[in-house]
Amino acid sequence: MTKTIAEINEKIASGNVCVVTAEEMSDIVDDIGAEKAAEEVDVVTTGTFGAMCSSGVFFNFGHSEIPIKITKMFMNDVEAYSGLAAVDSYLGATQISEKRGMKYGGAHVIEDLICGKEIEIVAHSYGTDCYPKKELTTTIKLEDLNQAIMVNPRNAYQRYDAATNGSKRIIHTYMGELLPDYKNVTYSGAGILSPLSNDPNYRTIGAGTKIFMGGAEGTIVGEGTQCSTASGYATLMTSANLKEMTKEYVNAACFEGYGTSLFLGIGVPIPILDAEMAQATAVRDKDIKVAVKDYSIGKRDRPAVRTADYEELRSGSILLNGKDVTTSCLSSFKKSREVAEELKRRIAAGTFSLGANTTALPPNQSAKPMKETNKAPAVRSIMSKKIITVNETAGIIEAARLMKQNERNHVSVVSLGKLVGIITSWDISKAVADGHTDTVGACMTKNVITCSPDETVDVAAKRLAEFKISAIPVIDGNQNVIGMLTSEHISKLFTRGKYE
Amino acid sequence: MKLKISFPEERVKSPILSEVILKTGILVSIVSSRVDSKGGEIIIEVIDKSYETIKEEFETRGAAVTFLDTLICRNKEECIECGACISVCPSKVFGYAQDWSLTMDTQKCIRCGLCVDMCPHQALSIEGTECE
Repeated sequence: MTKTIAEINEKIASGNVCVVTAEEMSDIVDDIGAEKAAEEVDVVTTGTFGAMCSSGVFFNFGHSEIPIKITKMFMNDVEAYSGLAAVDSYLGATQISEKRGMKYGGAHVIEDLICGKEIEIVAHSYGTDCYPKKELTTTIKLEDLNQAIMVNPRNAYQRYDAATNGSKRIIHTYMGELLPDYKNVTYSGAGILSPLSNDPNYRTIGAGTKIFMGGAEGTIVGEGTQCSTASGYATLMTSANLKEMTKEYVNAACFEGYGTSLFLGIGVPIPILDAEMAQATAVRDKDIKVAVKDYSIGKRDRPAVRTADYEELRSGSILLNGKDVTTSCLSSFKKSREVAEELKRRIAAGTFSLGANTTALPPNQSAKPMKETNKAPAVRSIMSKKIITVNETAGIIEAARLMKQNERNHVSVVSLGKLVGIITSWDISKAVADGHTDTVGACMTKNVITCSPDETVDVAAKRLAEFKISAIPVIDGNQNVIGMLTSEHISKLFTRGKYE
Repeated sequence: MKLKISFPEERVKSPILSEVILKTGILVSIVSSRVDSKGGEIIIEVIDKSYETIKEEFETRGAAVTFLDTLICRNKEECIECGACISVCPSKVFGYAQDWSLTMDTQKCIRCGLCVDMCPHQALSIEGTECE
């Protein structure tokens, strides 16, 4: 048995539609099978509520009495891109405030507008004969704008890799705070309720599909940026009227050390056209798998520690290197459920009808890496590969001898072959000046900052500067020292010319 | 119960905590400590019935004692109940209820502040005393 979207819309109009959430559908298909479920259920609602950085709003401010062609626009001190027609601007969620920095950004301006707050506007221009005004300040509310149209280049990832941290220090990422030594795992997405995971062949989700977006009725514009249908990591470009959104489903966020983002509730209704769609919407958390990646590696291709499905992630902990590690979700499952329930309520009440998927997402498309013509070399290629280590139980005289023999100022300290510290000529000078002739272990720095051989030199250099250190041991995944990178290696790069 | 002991700059060099422990014999767990030359703050945990005695002993030595009934505050207006806080908390304050609401067992809190930095919505605080 098959149905068309037009037939389902007739049912919605007449109030006879059978609509369930994606959570309910999994049980229904388990109970009565896909064939029977396709006969009984017309629409399955999905929902997700998480950080969607690639979000923003197009504004039209209307013309001032003396017209201005805005070239730079600040909304509550957050810059909005204005390389468009005279009084049009685009405010991105992750743009941060000029003065307040990461604590306030485009996402907060968007939330403030929805809440009816006044926004301070400062606009600049170079002035033209047709647009003579050069400076403009005013305050506006959402109702004062002609248009405020949210257009988000990349939303509703089909699924998203989970994050952990294999380094020795806490790191702050867009996946939240990651504790050292794989002590926690964070993940994103709504699993069983995730829109694209409920239509993995992209039959009904595409350009023209009507969606619930931040409380408003929106549409899918088409494929999102970085959309990778080939690998099952598809994304959507979405749009809806900001004036119809509510704070309940739109929240500004700030990730410590990363910046601002927008939490947005998106729900996609999936028409159950046939048994295949019924089967697709019966997906469960355990069917959706993601990689758990080590975010301490400052490279695009971060190593996967393992793969995990959403059932494991949502259970509260997963096994990582033989240890039970607590998980945190960065999307709100409770709010995702509210989105799916609200969309279900609207469809059942006949106030939300389905749109047709007029242009499908491009099949078998993958996301390419950036073409880089001036790439920094890998740490491996410039580090000193001669491994000089000293045992932590050795005396400092032995460490000093090693330094002299090898003309080094830094020596990695090991215990049972693993890196446990670093000792510098400065540490030895201090010990000698103070009259100590302790072991290396007593004089070394214990919280040693490290890097991996595959990281690029610029990333390692940033770490040297951040921690005000002049050398960094290079270690492999098992804490074995495989080299040392010093500030001398880095400065040599520049004296011998560009990155060779 | 957890108490906050605040030391003024001029008393910071005196071994007040040791004196109080030796004099009263009360067992004290140090939850967190932040003391430098300009003064400081120690959070301690003691059994409820020792409160009056320990308060008096600290105060006669020039330290201020505050009973911490709200160890960690959540602003329900801002909280979206994502659960980001769950995995960074070393003392398992946070969890999910059956319906995926966020639950809090605030008495377990050791005020380390990791969740405050983690929360994407700045809904958690350990400074404020006004909680819902």
